[in-house]
Amino acid sequence: MNNIKYRKMKNSIFHGVIFCVTLIGIIVLAILLIDIIIRGVPFLTKIFFTSFPSRFPQKAGILPGIVGSVYIILLTVLFAVPIGLGTAVYIEEYAKNNWITKFIKINISNLSGTPSIVYGLLGLAVFVRTLGLGKSILSGALTMSLVVLPIVIVSSQEAIKAVPQHLRHGSYALGATKWQTIRKIVVPSALPGIFTGVILSVSRALGESAPLLMVGAATYVSKLPDGVFSVFTALPLQIYYWMGLPKEEFKDLAAAGIIVLLGILLSANAITIVLRNKYQKATE
Amino acid sequence: MTDMTSAAQNKKASIIRIKRMKFSNVIAKNILFLFAIITMLTTVGIIISLLKDSLGFFSEVSIKDFLFGKVWTPLFNDPSFGVLPLICGSLLITLISAMISIPIGLFTAIYLSEYANRRVRQVIKPILEVLAGIPSIVFGYFALTTITPMLKIIMPHTEIFNALSASIAIGVMTIPLVSSLSEDALRAVPDSLRQGAFALGSTKMETSLRVVVPAAISGISASFVLAISRAIGETMIVTIAAGARPNLTLNPLQSVQTMTSFIVQASQGDNPHGTVGYYSLFAVGLLLFLITLGLNIFSHHIVEKYRMEY
Repeated sequence: MNNIKYRKMKNSIFHGVIFCVTLIGIIVLAILLIDIIIRGVPFLTKIFFTSFPSRFPQKAGILPGIVGSVYIILLTVLFAVPIGLGTAVYIEEYAKNNWITKFIKINISNLSGTPSIVYGLLGLAVFVRTLGLGKSILSGALTMSLVVLPIVIVSSQEAIKAVPQHLRHGSYALGATKWQTIRKIVVPSALPGIFTGVILSVSRALGESAPLLMVGAATYVSKLPDGVFSVFTALPLQIYYWMGLPKEEFKDLAAAGIIVLLGILLSANAITIVLRNKYQKATE
Repeated sequence: MTDMTSAAQNKKASIIRIKRMKFSNVIAKNILFLFAIITMLTTVGIIISLLKDSLGFFSEVSIKDFLFGKVWTPLFNDPSFGVLPLICGSLLITLISAMISIPIGLFTAIYLSEYANRRVRQVIKPILEVLAGIPSIVFGYFALTTITPMLKIIMPHTEIFNALSASIAIGVMTIPLVSSLSEDALRAVPDSLRQGAFALGSTKMETSLRVVVPAAISGISASFVLAISRAIGETMIVTIAAGARPNLTLNPLQSVQTMTSFIVQASQGDNPHGTVGYYSLFAVGLLLFLITLGLNIFSHHIVEKYRMEY
């Protein structure tokens, strides 16, 4: 009898312990956010959004970082989405179950586990040096496209897999070719899932800094980019630059930059959640 | 007569249309195949560019000196290229961060999959997703401005840049990775196993730890390996918080340099193309790539070999 009581007590203690452990991640997240908000909010003024970096914390702004990040993200989406979606369509709809397909799949899963700094080295060797694109937005965006490509591919694959088979059969029965079925039936039905993947890759591209540092993105830029070949900085690099300065106020400025970065990321996150809920309801 | 010719023309037109449809199907298939090949080219590109510039490095430094040398001073006038201090830094940080992410991640997964009711899960899971989406630069900031000062209060001789604060930040960052993958693995275990254990009189804890976790062990260990691989490749947190001193030490309160933070440091300095200093970037990058490749293959292998079919 005592033995059962003891075992039940052990179970309750275990329940309590793992609940507390689960809270650790959440508590750390809360501390992190509160700390950053307290430090950063006083610097979130109009000047901050419209100025260039400066020696004086009060006059410093994040404009070049925002503009640079917008350039990088637009180009990255432009490169990575068609290629990623195309690859996913090929694997799910066309590819035969042979060794090439298997190899392509294993390779994609390996690429998604490769550290982003290694992509940075690839970008430095291939885009900056060999192709002679220099330390430009284009080099940065091409490198970033390769970083996010596995994300686009895997989420598009999931979305395409989830399209019910009978829709395809209906289309074939009407005499459509495979390509017509893909264009008119499969991809449109998979669109919400594909869009989720696009937003995931945008968040990744926005937060990544190591590959951009490798291809020579500057941490301090005094003019806005005037094309895809100009030098650039990005939001996280601007934050990195401020973090490295000795004056304590610049650390607060970095916190203000982080608020902007997290603000964009959390809104992107919210969009995917809304989209997912809407889509799930629609299919139920 | 006219009817027949127009019928024939119609038939001909529709044959042409069908041919055209089939033709564009074949074209599309081949173009999409080329897209799929780009992912292969990326891997080939990584290997070739790392190997090519590493060869420049290994023509001046022997592989033995590189792998077993104990001093790493590539940017000095009298350089020394023993990579052990960098490997030691990476391992130290990976080890401590794994000691944080693995138990916390696994317990979180057990709680979410076995104990939590639906309402609690609906609150906690999105929060963990937010945690997973926070960029590493933010964790670097957190390590430098919050974790390190706290460590200094507890242990006054902590250096400003130290391995421990970076490790804690990486550990927290990889909790969601471990918890979400492990939870998926736990949830895939069929309920009949749990019911069997309950029927034999087991408590929930005994069922979770002795039946469900062992049944999901392949997915769980794959998540551990991925968290380790992620920690080794993590760059910004260590660059910001762990410092830049190649240091053959196991003392986590000291400043260390990892393979990744060396790559960043060397790429930022003036390292003209063609010097050994420049090539050393790629040699270290190659080593890093091989290590993470090995870990990825290993985790794939665990999943394949120990997967239980229900």
